[in-house]
Amino acid sequence: MTDSKRQIAGAAAGLGLAVGGLVLGLRAHRRRQGSDRAPGYTARHVHGPLDIAGRSVTIRRPRNELYAFWRSFPNLVDVMENVERIVVKDDDGKRSVWTIKAPGGTTVDVETEVVEDTQDERIAWRSVEGSDIETQGEVSFADAPGDRGTRVTLVVAYDPPGGKAGKAIAKLFMREPQVQARHDLKRFKMLMETGEIATSASRKENTRAAEKEKAA
Amino acid sequence: MKALTWHGTKDVRVESVPDPEIVNPRDAIVEVTATAICGSDLHLYDGVIPGMKAGDVLGHEFMGVVVDTGSKSTLKKGQRVVVPFTISCGGCFHCAVQQYSACENSNPAEKQDMSATLYGHPMSGLFGYSHLTGGYSGGQAEYVRVPFSDVGPIAVPDHLEDEKVLFLSDILPTGWMAAENAQIQPDDTVAVWGCGPVGLFAIQSAIVMGAAKVIAIDHYPHRLELARELGAETIDFRSTDVREALLEMSGGIGVDAVIDAVGMEAHGFAVDNMLDIAKQTVGIGADRARVIKQALLAVRPGGRVSIPGVYGGMTDKFPLGALMEKGLQVRSGQTHVQKYTGELLDKIEDGTLDTTFLISHRLPLEQAADGYRNFKEQQDTWTKVVLKPGMEH
Ligand SMILES: NC(=O)c1ccc[n+]([C@@H]2O[C@H](COP(=O)([O-])OP(=O)(O)OC[C@H]3O[C@@H](n4cnc5c(N)ncnc54)[C@H](O)[C@@H]3O)[C@@H](O)[C@H]2O)c1
Ligand SMILES: [Zn+2]
Ligand SMILES: [Zn+2]
Repeated sequence: MTDSKRQIAGAAAGLGLAVGGLVLGLRAHRRRQGSDRAPGYTARHVHGPLDIAGRSVTIRRPRNELYAFWRSFPNLVDVMENVERIVVKDDDGKRSVWTIKAPGGTTVDVETEVVEDTQDERIAWRSVEGSDIETQGEVSFADAPGDRGTRVTLVVAYDPPGGKAGKAIAKLFMREPQVQARHDLKRFKMLMETGEIATSASRKENTRAAEKEKAA
Repeated sequence: MKALTWHGTKDVRVESVPDPEIVNPRDAIVEVTATAICGSDLHLYDGVIPGMKAGDVLGHEFMGVVVDTGSKSTLKKGQRVVVPFTISCGGCFHCAVQQYSACENSNPAEKQDMSATLYGHPMSGLFGYSHLTGGYSGGQAEYVRVPFSDVGPIAVPDHLEDEKVLFLSDILPTGWMAAENAQIQPDDTVAVWGCGPVGLFAIQSAIVMGAAKVIAIDHYPHRLELARELGAETIDFRSTDVREALLEMSGGIGVDAVIDAVGMEAHGFAVDNMLDIAKQTVGIGADRARVIKQALLAVRPGGRVSIPGVYGGMTDKFPLGALMEKGLQVRSGQTHVQKYTGELLDKIEDGTLDTTFLISHRLPLEQAADGYRNFKEQQDTWTKVVLKPGMEH
């Protein structure tokens, strides 16, 4: 991979796009055997060639509402910092093109297709054959106990950009997939629970959203 | 507009900064009529809270008049409001259970990592209190952007002047919650460390809640005098062995509940405290935990420990054994201000709580830096400073 491709990979992974071979699939994150049933993405050591990033958040909104927001992919532009634009390509909304921020003010397009879609429960997607970047991710929605709303889990398998060193560098720029996924999910939660995304900017031109627009 | 900005340890200045504007739909802009300097601000002034940036606008105790509203604000232009220092969304799990200072949505996503690393979970957003808590511009200014203005600010009736209601923003609920956290029973003896604004309001609240005896500890004669006027017995820790005195003053049992209203910058020249001061000065993230250590040893077995005083980091040689072996209960936290404002406004109106007795100085905003210096260096007589934008010099 070229340097810039590596960085794109890091950025892409944050929004649930995985880079590299799709061999493992995301099933690896669900441990079904043994005495340790914690989510696979919390393991100290990764088994297999791909890293797995995952994160859960609990959102005090009903499952169907959250599913519907996510399933209309263009909505995600507001919560995913590295995504500039999402354009849906077909009538059933399965194919879409994601325009992702890349280093040096450039962008890269990734076309994805939905490979699993269970209403109000789960959406899984991967990049289409021959895409510049190969990616894979899934988001699932489950009822939280009592009136706590919905538990949302985003899991992504990815090839750490440039190995360990690349990951360390990506981390410095806050583009480490785990970090990015965490921030994106937090913004999703904010938007769903409060109708807006928290910012401490005192003026509109200083929000991250405004800066993103300026860059685009 | 004019605002008090932070530039480094003991370096705060009133400067011109851009006016805030409505950014999000639930925002309001408040024109500040009164704002106070808090003991918590001194931790920033002294540089012992991480995450400050040059130019940050300080201040988290403020009130004023609504001058602009976002499309989803429930406030009206011209309304007089007091604004809680905790920024809370009203929609998350913690807000739903009234743990407002643990709001999950008010600290911007990208600012949550620092406090999550330090504490295991991110802090909520607070006004004017470092980028750990969101980096929001504070209230020691002419105008403030108030997010989630439909949840926090409380409208106050015209017949109550600013000084009577201003402290609903922080220290009055903080003193009240401190007493509530001490779970006071009618025959209790309660010890309160620190006779600053928080300690004084905790003393007043404990008495209102029915404590039989409140013992106040400090070393400043005027502050101890204010505590005595509220009905507390007093101990000067410079001249008396605090633990022995507390044991004797509670009939050999030990006090039933203890309230640490001092926090991370405890005074005193005991060996442990001097070591902590040295560590804090070289900046290794250590808290001066003298008061909480003393309180844990002084409280009776089965007693209650309430910690409104702010701690931000780590501490050594903590008497963990006293906590466990005596079966103590500990409650703490940044105040869930929104939970208490309505109830406490009633108590101000009906005269149950006096909120003005501790104000010692009123200054125009332009003199805020003097206010900080004196509140820090003349603590005995400068008990609480209220800043008023637009006040005549
Ligand atoms: N939990 C919250 O939400 C919250 C809100 C406001 C303030 N606070 C915290 O409460 C604490 C007190 O605030 P304040 O405004 O009253 O501050 P302050 O600085 O005016 O008062 C502190 C008092 O403690 C006294 N003191 C210092 N060392 C002592 C010792 N060893 N024994 C007994 N007394 C001692 C000082 O002499 C002083 O009078 C601070 O830590 C502040 O950050 C917490
Ligand atoms: Zn305060
Ligand atoms: Zn909240």
